[in-house]
Amino acid sequence: MIDFMLNGQPCRSDAVPETSVLELLRETLGATGTKEGCASGDCGACTVAIGEPGPNGELRYHSANACITPAHQLNDRHLVTVEGLAQGEQLHPAQAAMVACHGSQCGFCTPGIVMSLFTLHEQQRHAPAPLTPQRLEAALGGNLCRCTGYRPIRDAALSMDQHPENRPLWLDAAAETKTEAHAPSADAAFLQPTTLAALSDCLKRHPKARLVAGATDLWLESTQRLARFEHVIDVTRVTELNEIDEVALEDGRSGWWIGAAVTYSRLEPLLDEHYDAFAHLLHRLGSQQVRNRGTLGGNVANASPIGDTPPVLLALGSRLRLVSPEGERELPLDDFFLDYKRTALREGEAIRAIFLPRPEAGQTLKVWKLSKRREDDISAVLGAFAYRLENGVMRDVRLAFGGMAAIPKRATNAEVALEGKAPDLAAFHAAREALSNDFQPMSDVRGSAHYRRLSAANLLERLRLSIAQAETDSSREVMLHAYAH
Amino acid sequence: MRTLTNLNKSTEIADDMSADSAVAREELKGEIKGASPLARDTVTPGTHPNSRFHESAIKHVTGRASYIDDLKAPADALHVALALSPVAHGRLTRLDLDKVRTMPGVVDVVGFHDVPGHTDIGPVFPGDPIFVEDEISYVGQVLFAVAAESHRAAREAVNTALAQGIAEIDEQPACLDPVAAAERGEFVRPTHVQQSGDWEQALASAALVVEAEQFVGGQEHFYLEGQACLVQPTEDEGVIVHTSNQHPSETQKLVAEVLGIPFHAVTVEVRRMGGGFGGKETQASPWACIAALIARRTGRTTRVRLPRADDMRVTGKRHPFHNRYRLGVDEQGVIQGGEITVIGDCGYSPDLSDAIVDRAMFHSDNAYSLGEARVTGHRARTHTASNTAFRGFGGPQGMMVIEAAMDDIARRIGEDPLTVRKRNFYRPGRQTTHYGQQVDQIKLLRELVEQLETSSEYWARRRAITEFNAESPIIKRGLALTPVKFGISFTAKHLNQAGALLHVYTDGSVMINHGGTEMGQGLHTKICQVVARELGLDTDEVRITATRTDKVPNTSPTAASSGADLNGQAARDACVKLKQRLFDFAHEHLYQDQGLDREDMRLEAGHLVAGHGESEQRIPWGELVQAAYINRISLSEKGFYATPLIHYDRNVGQGRPFYYYAFGAAVAEVSVDTLTGEYQVERVDILHDVGDSLNPAIDIGQVEGGFIQGMGWLTSEELKWNEAGRLISDGPATYKIPTYGDLPPAFNVKLMEGHPNSMASIYRSKAVGEPPFMLGMAVWSALRDALASLADYAEAPRLDTPATPERVLLAAEELRSRYDSAQLERGAP
Repeated sequence: MIDFMLNGQPCRSDAVPETSVLELLRETLGATGTKEGCASGDCGACTVAIGEPGPNGELRYHSANACITPAHQLNDRHLVTVEGLAQGEQLHPAQAAMVACHGSQCGFCTPGIVMSLFTLHEQQRHAPAPLTPQRLEAALGGNLCRCTGYRPIRDAALSMDQHPENRPLWLDAAAETKTEAHAPSADAAFLQPTTLAALSDCLKRHPKARLVAGATDLWLESTQRLARFEHVIDVTRVTELNEIDEVALEDGRSGWWIGAAVTYSRLEPLLDEHYDAFAHLLHRLGSQQVRNRGTLGGNVANASPIGDTPPVLLALGSRLRLVSPEGERELPLDDFFLDYKRTALREGEAIRAIFLPRPEAGQTLKVWKLSKRREDDISAVLGAFAYRLENGVMRDVRLAFGGMAAIPKRATNAEVALEGKAPDLAAFHAAREALSNDFQPMSDVRGSAHYRRLSAANLLERLRLSIAQAETDSSREVMLHAYAH
Repeated sequence: MRTLTNLNKSTEIADDMSADSAVAREELKGEIKGASPLARDTVTPGTHPNSRFHESAIKHVTGRASYIDDLKAPADALHVALALSPVAHGRLTRLDLDKVRTMPGVVDVVGFHDVPGHTDIGPVFPGDPIFVEDEISYVGQVLFAVAAESHRAAREAVNTALAQGIAEIDEQPACLDPVAAAERGEFVRPTHVQQSGDWEQALASAALVVEAEQFVGGQEHFYLEGQACLVQPTEDEGVIVHTSNQHPSETQKLVAEVLGIPFHAVTVEVRRMGGGFGGKETQASPWACIAALIARRTGRTTRVRLPRADDMRVTGKRHPFHNRYRLGVDEQGVIQGGEITVIGDCGYSPDLSDAIVDRAMFHSDNAYSLGEARVTGHRARTHTASNTAFRGFGGPQGMMVIEAAMDDIARRIGEDPLTVRKRNFYRPGRQTTHYGQQVDQIKLLRELVEQLETSSEYWARRRAITEFNAESPIIKRGLALTPVKFGISFTAKHLNQAGALLHVYTDGSVMINHGGTEMGQGLHTKICQVVARELGLDTDEVRITATRTDKVPNTSPTAASSGADLNGQAARDACVKLKQRLFDFAHEHLYQDQGLDREDMRLEAGHLVAGHGESEQRIPWGELVQAAYINRISLSEKGFYATPLIHYDRNVGQGRPFYYYAFGAAVAEVSVDTLTGEYQVERVDILHDVGDSLNPAIDIGQVEGGFIQGMGWLTSEELKWNEAGRLISDGPATYKIPTYGDLPPAFNVKLMEGHPNSMASIYRSKAVGEPPFMLGMAVWSALRDALASLADYAEAPRLDTPATPERVLLAAEELRSRYDSAQLERGAP
């Protein structure tokens, strides 16, 4: 059973484990305001808002793609859909602004856009801040519109505050109305442990179960390949997996253990503070809807050669803490990726946390992602470069790439070519040459092998130019401002 | 407010605007009386009284607007999944459908031999089998269909069936190369040639000959609502088809033919589409035919909605084109003549390719006089989905060849590309196209471009960019202005007709139906405005429900930008007829003793008004309607319209295929990272001609949306097939349409003012659906401009499309390797 609040009303439904929120809404509940555009989390037509208690117990709403959100994850949550916003003829400001700005043409993407604007409007209520181009891009980048060209939608976002604040009262009242107590049965197919011990127990009983967090990749197996899941273990409610612990390691390094179920959105403030480049990458990883649900643990465990965060974590020398019924173990990330989509995870083992080292004095991290589209696209090539400049030479050089091999992988030959060298033409020329020994990329839908080789090598050239630029304080641009950090 | 421009200065007008616009203005003068409907509108969009909101806007934002898959159906409704060919070319040697019938949830399975009527559902020419009988022609061709109790059960049955090998296929080598196909003479339709003058002599005697080749990629429609229909069996032998569809009448015909029943047994209804863009002109019919077949066999309501990946594989796209040009120019870069060859990659069958390649040929001049020229168009057959209509209908692909030539000529003679473009515009003495049509409003085009040149500060920015590039080794900026001249009318003459059905009910409320379909373009809103204007009512009093073949029959597709032009006139025709009848009635029965002038009667502000000043008589609309009803006057009327003047003789490739042209121009500025090929559109300025706008807000929406879609076509939207002919860019994860961040930070879009249509279109407006799409070419040309800086502007690099970062980088590398191998080293800051 799934017990949740739908637009302020208690709702209870049963569903097989692989059911998505969108299927639940459209097929079981007959609520067809939310649309299916792609069933793969890439278009945003099915955007809904999900509310859960914030730090002070009040409800906080985030946007999500209903098509790849497991229906069972709605348990004890508050689901808001486009049908819930207007009160009679009184439109919510997100809706009124879209009408006033001629923001809909065919109208099919509109419910999703309205819901993204709704969550933006909620954010503005809780923490008003200027609607910068970057914020609007984050709020709306996950909603494809094929008709308008987005200008009227931008105008709508900017003018929501000019419309009457018609907001359903239950948006807040709902925080107090707890949905009916819900006791998961031991033989349920969709398991939702809340403690590490309970997770261990689930892993022991169902070592072949599929683990799910944000479901931003796993649920495509259901929608695209019609997979059926016998057992699913949802890790998102495990307290320990949601923690960010600041620690000092024995080797003198310090940093943070990031729980595997921490979403990208929750990670943002930490990265904003410590890793500009990583934070910037995060803005180009998926869409807001994906970042609200996707997790660092999922991105690592998924082991895609074109996952965005693994190369960065490799460049930073990250470690993993793994958990299984047999106990816990640690592993350098370098040893985790074995082959295409194959990792060192054993059956019945899960990632508990990922170690993010604190930036060292003098350390620089650069992360550059190349894709056909700047927002919400998957890398053709991603380069993550970490180094320190010490007395004019490069130290602790770690260069990692995505999209260049079957796994996210360090360019060890190129690293050697730069280690201990001044960042000059000769050293980078050698690194460029060495890079061709590091990788034999393939051609696919995102780019040819030739383009991958050439652009990866050119990212090293960009690194050289950016170092030189920083040293000479030159105003010459070495990269486009929209991509710079 | 409505204002009139320069009405009293008719002598100046002739100088100021094109002669034709002036004539149109003169024609209008007699009609313009204050706020009469023919008065021109000059207020900024958004605040304008004609800028009515989309008729469904509130339903869109509240989720109440129903699309096909939202329609409620009986609990026993069936769901259909399609079994698609996994190979591009081969023969189907065995198909064992009996095994599928017993799979869980399956209710019916249909294949080629289950069709009672026609099995070929080609829209214009034969060649599209409803199911494969024997020959397989592309990956995604439909082998059979399964109807089951749920969507998932139907899809699972298809997967299981194919995995169990119920279809045996003898695979054969596939042809995926349209150029090779053309060389072998493998065409879906014969080659067509348009020729004017002695092109060979013009080439031979020209001071310079410029020539090049280009590949122009296709485009997936990516309507957000995928292909969908819902079919209910009727108590007779027929069906009611609800479909997301631009051409209900054609679907009616095909469904009837497939079932072997008369057309009147099939009713097709379209309330709205979640986007069409041409992709639902012919390619929405097959699913309706399949669902109708199942609905009749089972007696149950039947649904089809294609999963996105199936939709992208099974349906055709914008045609990729391979173009070549060889043009002779004088020292000034003015074209003397030459030849252009376009090869459209049509996929496996004709579909609409004859007209699409024709339109590419008609637009291979864009806004420029080709002089003495021969234009040849081939329709190559390849083993891919049958490529189809897409906003612009071949026009964009044709224009790309001449826009490439403009840039190339400019580099050859060392002039700015804008200078060369302007020299080649249609002009007095060079006013006739290569297919024999006179281009009127040539002054409009010149004035439009000059206004845009000024408002966009083209020349100041040109200087700034040249200086910037000289100092910036990695980041290069580019700027381009490209014009659009787009011919309006279906080139298939018979399609240029429309009907409308007007009902006035006794409470005074008005219902209008017409043959056009609503796909987001605001057609229904505009038609309501036309009717409201004619009847002197508020638009709220006029309603359009849905487009239905049993209300207005034998309609043309909503395509070729013609929706408002054709249906607006038909609706107006119905209103005018009804209005005359009401005037006659009022004159005879209501004002009979007052001697009021019958000819002076008018409908305005909800009243019938007769006379002026003190003798003015006013009757509220509701009372008039009641009185007419009581006096047994019909309150219903039908309207009809057929576009005059147009003709084209395909035997000689000459005629006047277009009623008029729509114009526009765009200036785009880009920054390119020559190390990675990444680029950014920094600023776009657009000035577009819609004649006298019917609804400025809707028209601006079309211009902006068209531009962004055109930019996407030429930049990030890349279709890729693997070597076996399987589309591998089959979803939004791999096929990238523009998203929010692709909206240029500076985006200045204006409608041209002061130029009503020179032809008598509906209120002198112009079609707006397709023309702005081609404004996107400015971005592509600006990318070439930025890259040309690497060659010190001595040449423009070949830049095939879509110009992805990969193509841009490879073009940059190629130029660098030839012009400055040491550039990287010298470029160190």
